[in-house]
Amino acid sequence: MPSTTTNGIEPKPISRARLRLSGRGMWITFLLVPPMVVMALFVIYPILSALAYAFYDWQGLARGEFVGFANFKKVLFQEPFASTTWNAFKHNIYVFFALMIIQNGLGFILAYALWRDLPGARFHRIAVFLPVVLSTVIIGYVWKLFFHPIFGAVNQLLEAIGLGALATPWLGDADTALNALIFVNAWAWVGFPTLVFLAGLQRIPSEILDAARMETDSELTLIRKVVWPLIAPSATVCFVLLFIGSFNWFELPYIMVGLDGSPYGNTDVLGLYFYRTAFGNQSAGIQDFGMGSALAVLMFLFIAVFATAWTIYLRKREIEV
Amino acid sequence: MSMQSTYDKPGLLGTYGRDGLMQIILIANTVLMLFPIAIMIMSGFKSNIEIFQQPFAIPDFTNVANFVSMATETEFLRYLMNSFVVTGASIFLLLTLGTMAAYAIARYEFWGSSFLLLFFMAGLMVPLKLAIIPLFILFRDMGILNTHWALIAVYTAMGLPSTVFIMTGFIRTLPRELEDAARMDGASEARIMFSVMIPLCRPAMVIAGIYNLVPIWNDFFFPLVFIQNDALKTLPQGMTSFIGEYSTDWGVMFAGLTLAAAPITLVYIILSKQFINGMTAGAVK
Repeated sequence: MPSTTTNGIEPKPISRARLRLSGRGMWITFLLVPPMVVMALFVIYPILSALAYAFYDWQGLARGEFVGFANFKKVLFQEPFASTTWNAFKHNIYVFFALMIIQNGLGFILAYALWRDLPGARFHRIAVFLPVVLSTVIIGYVWKLFFHPIFGAVNQLLEAIGLGALATPWLGDADTALNALIFVNAWAWVGFPTLVFLAGLQRIPSEILDAARMETDSELTLIRKVVWPLIAPSATVCFVLLFIGSFNWFELPYIMVGLDGSPYGNTDVLGLYFYRTAFGNQSAGIQDFGMGSALAVLMFLFIAVFATAWTIYLRKREIEV
Repeated sequence: MSMQSTYDKPGLLGTYGRDGLMQIILIANTVLMLFPIAIMIMSGFKSNIEIFQQPFAIPDFTNVANFVSMATETEFLRYLMNSFVVTGASIFLLLTLGTMAAYAIARYEFWGSSFLLLFFMAGLMVPLKLAIIPLFILFRDMGILNTHWALIAVYTAMGLPSTVFIMTGFIRTLPRELEDAARMDGASEARIMFSVMIPLCRPAMVIAGIYNLVPIWNDFFFPLVFIQNDALKTLPQGMTSFIGEYSTDWGVMFAGLTLAAAPITLVYIILSKQFINGMTAGAVK
């Protein structure tokens, strides 16, 4: 501690110095303990408990006896639960790949267009990010009304421009419901990958680009060989966050198609199934914290393992280029 | 794809063609983004019949009946107030606690400081939603289920990792000299922190605050589980009640959605630069 020896005019007695030292220790403790308590109590303890709860039988809110892997077996292999789980999981996978193409793909194209700094770029940037700050509840309800089969703006617009034949009950039709949800999600969130990619593009040094332009006339080659590798860190962030988001998907389907993933489970996803199992709904009044916890643990492990592995893989790719 | 031929053509025409294409993509996208929001706002000024018969017509903007009934006949203002209280308290607490931890980690050398940073950072990857059942039981045992404290506790905990991450990075860049000079003058550690260092941290606090403001203000999942008492509901959750109540009156529903979107939209438009920087802060180191 240099400060204790230099700040006094006279040399301090040792006992004073030791007192100051413990004062510093106390000060650091005072700074660290409250935030650590909050983290331990409301993050670490609940996560560990979720793990433990999955191994118990639950009667409502009361914990019963230890049942080993029984809850996991039920959720994964015992009908009727197993087919619901796999059906929901399949939809999560579909949502993830669809959004990778639509949301992240369009995000990259928009970022590339914004990067050229054409007239109005500032305005376009504000517009594309606006839905990102709005609540999913607002977005869900607005689009639910727009998708109304008769009075909704989407079908009315199709009629108005002479494409009335395409009008369909978007959210009521098993073939279109999940795609309609994916469209709304992409509409609401495309601004995020756009601005993350844009931030990556703006950090590319102009000398590198100028040098590359000497080599090739083709913009596509330039993007593939120079631009894309240089914004690899932005891609890592967009990909991994979308992965986590797709397998946690809950709010938008809850608002737009309800807890049961109507019609007939065609939009059911793991988030909805988890909530139904843990907290019940009108059609299935029972709540089962044991099975709910098992689902949560499986989702958590799946997300953690794949997100970590994919992050490591993508990070390696960043270094190689 | 027709884009390819445009890309491959070099020279002046190619450049202008490419920029023209980019401009068209941007304009089309902006229309796609803003048109639904415009329809939402305009429908708030219409009656059911007007919405059903002329959905895209410009309404009479002096007809604010729908907004008046939303503000007077529903609990809208109470929900809005609740959202302000919960979001405000959560942001205040997570900035206070986050800055305390970040300051200790960034400014003092002590045993285990890098482990502590990892301890907080681990929380960045954890989807706390999946721990909802233990949180539910914990809050029941603490007697704060169905109170705002349950929300404030979970939002503060959720926001701490990102705040510690952003603040530690920033505080490390602050020059040592200021601190040493104050120490020479005999200022206490607490005084150095509050009168010398914290005022310099404001830009990073704004970033961390905005990064957490949007998800907390918009959150729907935790109130759905923790809050049953209608008088305590926050705006996103309260919206489900008044949408249910007015499910046959589209004008009032759109007015309600417009009113609910207004506060954060206005703040976003005024502070768009800070919002964009703040919300992409974790992603763009």
